[in-house]
Amino acid sequence: MQLTLEFGGGLELLCESVKIHSVNVDPQVGEEKLTMKDLLSWVRANLIKERPEMFMKGDSVRPGVLVLVNDCDWELSGQLDTTLEEKDVIVFISTLHGG
Amino acid sequence: MGEAEVKPKKAGPVQCSICSQRRAALKRPKTLEQICRECFYAVFEEEIHRVVVDNQLFKPGERIAIGASGGKDSTVLAYVLSELNRRHNYGLDLFLLSVDEGITGYRDDSLETVKRNEIQYGLPLKVVSYKDLYGWTMDEIVKMIGLKNNCTFCGVFRRQALDRGAAMLKVDKLATGHNADDIAETVLLNILRGDIARLSRCTSIITGEDGPIPRCKPFKYTYEKEIVIYPYSFLQNLNRIYTYAYFKRLDYFSTECIYSPNAYRGFAREFIKDLERIRPRAILDIIRSGEKFRISTSAKMPEQGTCERCGYISSQKWCKACVLLEGLNRGLPKLGIGRTRGLNNGLECDTKQSNGVKNIQSKQCGTLDF
Ligand SMILES: [Zn+2]
Ligand SMILES: [Zn+2]
Ligand SMILES: [Zn+2]
Repeated sequence: MQLTLEFGGGLELLCESVKIHSVNVDPQVGEEKLTMKDLLSWVRANLIKERPEMFMKGDSVRPGVLVLVNDCDWELSGQLDTTLEEKDVIVFISTLHGG
Repeated sequence: MGEAEVKPKKAGPVQCSICSQRRAALKRPKTLEQICRECFYAVFEEEIHRVVVDNQLFKPGERIAIGASGGKDSTVLAYVLSELNRRHNYGLDLFLLSVDEGITGYRDDSLETVKRNEIQYGLPLKVVSYKDLYGWTMDEIVKMIGLKNNCTFCGVFRRQALDRGAAMLKVDKLATGHNADDIAETVLLNILRGDIARLSRCTSIITGEDGPIPRCKPFKYTYEKEIVIYPYSFLQNLNRIYTYAYFKRLDYFSTECIYSPNAYRGFAREFIKDLERIRPRAILDIIRSGEKFRISTSAKMPEQGTCERCGYISSQKWCKACVLLEGLNRGLPKLGIGRTRGLNNGLECDTKQSNGVKNIQSKQCGTLDF
């Protein structure tokens, strides 16, 4: 599944300062759908190169990290249970940087 | 809101609870309302307008400096204030005021952001530098004193630099971008260190009315989540209308002062974010708690005089900046550090982490004292 991931607010520093990543992620074996939960563990394993604790806490994002799925707050689509589709755009923004 | 959170298997469209027409794009932390982008700009801006009006933050004809760091809060503040000033005829002359601490790589980049904001919003910019004011850059100070205690310098010098810049601009007031999360965090830190004087001051929306330049915080009740999401949603909209490249999104700079990892403050911040996740109202509740802790009149507050050397407000013979400078200039940089109670107390720095690693965990140092 083709997805576009964008990191902002300083989170890009955790993935070699690259803000936009075009990636291919497939549902786990035996699963039909890809959820945000799957995507997060994929991101952690494949994109985050340092200090993963700045990005995740437990199996979700760290509090203070905003997630938008196709320009929409993921709190509206079920957070970790949000189902992803081909060509979705997922944005992660840290709010924890200076003002 | 009575409606429980909808958790569709597929990310289905949720209707905006304000206009009932468009698809909701975010959930407001303050009210849990699910609203669309257009309604969000409207309520976001209107709430700040209400705060400005209800608290009489400005008077017609005033000159107002916006403390501009290039970060998200001050960038959004500059944008929103210039919009509201036009829309509601505040009659204000707005200026951007930035401090150049002289931190290579960090401040150069964020100052570039502020310079772009100057053009984008058409607000005149004034930059005051540590080098000009004090004869020392932050880089030089760190070279002299090492990474320990440098936040004492940052905090004291920045505060005074903003006041001096504001005096040069001849403004009536300084508006800063401190948001609700910042204030909640400061309430918590002041409780943790038993600083009653600052605790009772830090929730005031206007401070320093007896000093040279009063300061105000139009974002006192504005959640950080909304400040961060505002430029995102807003500019994507704008993109459809304008194409000029640099205005792709409200342009802000998002890495930290490399000299200020602030581990202690970072933990307080994280605690607040954890609380917010469980109960978004917690942030406002902490601010309200802070407001209730008004200092009793019997407690003695230090008397304010002026510094014999530079004329800045001070309760001592010399102001803190002059004491620190004297130490630097005489090669005794420890002078003035850690003696005054309530002045940083070493809380602000955890220097072990700060080997020039860009840090995204914490706020700038020196912001504890508004
Ligand atoms: Zn709406
Ligand atoms: Zn510092
Ligand atoms: Zn002085």
